[in-house]
Amino acid sequence: MSLSLQEVKRVAWLARIEITDAEAEAAQGHLNGIFKLIEQMQSVDTEGVAPMAHAQDVAQRLREDRVTETDQHALYQSIAPQVEGGLYLVPKVIE
Amino acid sequence: MLNATVKQLSLQLAQKKVSSAELTQFHLDRIARLNPELNAFVTVDAARSLAQARAADAQIAAGKAQPLTGIPVAHKDIFCATGWLTTCGSKMLANFVSPYDAHVVERLNAAGAVTLGRTNMDEFAMGSSTETCFWGPVRNPWDRARVPGGSSGGSAAAVAARMAPAAIGTDTGGSIRQPSALSGICGLKPTYGVVSRYGMIAFASSLDQGGPMAKSAEDLALMLNVMAGFDARDSTSLERPAEDYTRLLDASPMGDRAKPLSGLRIGVPKEYFGAGLGSDVGAAVEAALAQFERLGASRVEISLPNSALSVPAYYVIAPAEASSNLSRFDGVRYGYRAPEYTDLADMYAKSRAQGFGAEVKRRILIGTYVLSHGYYDAYYLKAQKIRRLIAQDFVDAYGRCDLIMGPTSPSVAFGLGSMSSDPVQMYLNDIYTVSANLAGLPAMSIPCGFGEGDMPVGLQLTGNYFAEARMLQAAHRYQLATDWHLRQPAGVE
Repeated sequence: MSLSLQEVKRVAWLARIEITDAEAEAAQGHLNGIFKLIEQMQSVDTEGVAPMAHAQDVAQRLREDRVTETDQHALYQSIAPQVEGGLYLVPKVIE
Repeated sequence: MLNATVKQLSLQLAQKKVSSAELTQFHLDRIARLNPELNAFVTVDAARSLAQARAADAQIAAGKAQPLTGIPVAHKDIFCATGWLTTCGSKMLANFVSPYDAHVVERLNAAGAVTLGRTNMDEFAMGSSTETCFWGPVRNPWDRARVPGGSSGGSAAAVAARMAPAAIGTDTGGSIRQPSALSGICGLKPTYGVVSRYGMIAFASSLDQGGPMAKSAEDLALMLNVMAGFDARDSTSLERPAEDYTRLLDASPMGDRAKPLSGLRIGVPKEYFGAGLGSDVGAAVEAALAQFERLGASRVEISLPNSALSVPAYYVIAPAEASSNLSRFDGVRYGYRAPEYTDLADMYAKSRAQGFGAEVKRRILIGTYVLSHGYYDAYYLKAQKIRRLIAQDFVDAYGRCDLIMGPTSPSVAFGLGSMSSDPVQMYLNDIYTVSANLAGLPAMSIPCGFGEGDMPVGLQLTGNYFAEARMLQAAHRYQLATDWHLRQPAGVE
């Protein structure tokens, strides 16, 4: 398989990364090289093999249902690009 | 002081032959002298480090010293540490001063270790050469025209150039072991879940694991004793009784001093010695295996038949997880925000385009693609099935051997810039290291000789789950009989 320039731009949009035409062309070459490597996976029959999502086969821990976090919004917001009145500011979404 | 191990420095501190303040100042002076050329450290804060050192000296004076009290340790710039700039090698986090401590940092602080500074790394730990950093590449102390390996290349170079007695790193596909090999030091990636990932900036969460980097196996054991431990804030942290990783160092199963490793079965996978392995690296590794046999170990030829598929599967799984993890960098809550944008979507797209470097973007694009509609089964699910086959290969192998040994990397350190234009070539450097991450096994690298250009060669030891102490014992016994780990690069005296 190989990715078209259009597909590279679509994936960049899905990833929310602005990409210029020149960058998309460079990325296309690199990505197609990488996918050629990845295609080697198709050489092995994995019929009936259970997918392994995780290194340790353990169940998710449960915890007691009580508040453990303290309010640190002032500390955490002190490093935000733009805040006002305890809120993160972003461009207007709804007119 | 220059060549002393953590173990020796700890003794000198306890005997008051040196203070932590002196030890810290000694290393800060070395950083000031050597770092402008090597670029191993990205942040140094002498006042802060010295304050920690004086507090450690007070602990020692009060008779409350632990093994790492007063020992300066360099931190890879991926571990969040309160008040320290924590950049992860990226413009995206170039202004990020962490408001909290990673679990590993908390534990090192509680043990009285001194934070010596923050080390350079490939951006978001994505690389095998420490060249993709926003802060410029790190140079290998053994040959400054070569890379130190990556992604924990700053930590590796810091220890190799004796700017730090020890360091901490992270390993997602070899990022502790490969730079350790290429820079002539020791590094260990623990069993997945042994060291908490809390506060370690995430790359691929099912593979990431923090670990120690130092001059000797004994030092790694001392460091791991502090770094390992259960942490409820990491949902994959394992609840296990505390383990003393030094406990087997001096043990000899048969009580035979000449053959302290009798009974140890070393599996040598034939797939790790085929085409692609440099003859210089192969020769050094063979010599090391012969030394282990002289120490009483026996050699068993084994096979890991799916080894060749580990790199393809890794470069699906790691980017897939990365594309999800790195979606948090959106210019809203912390990190870089583009100066100009038209609307919210444009703000995201511009902040991420300007904040991430080329390799990080490439991996986000791969990950986004393999997880996108219509491709999930062909790539991500397929890779997860191959991951199972690779893990099963190890289960089968450990029926016949106790440890697996082979090269850490196919070649010695390569030239700066020599692989930057071809990502596939760069990825193939990870051929011997990624399997341990996919399977979740502990693995380490120790120096075992020199190859082309008098550059260090690393021997990789891979253990079964939770076999860290056994690996460290074997490595320690090898290091008592050899001195490769004590060699230091010229020009750093």
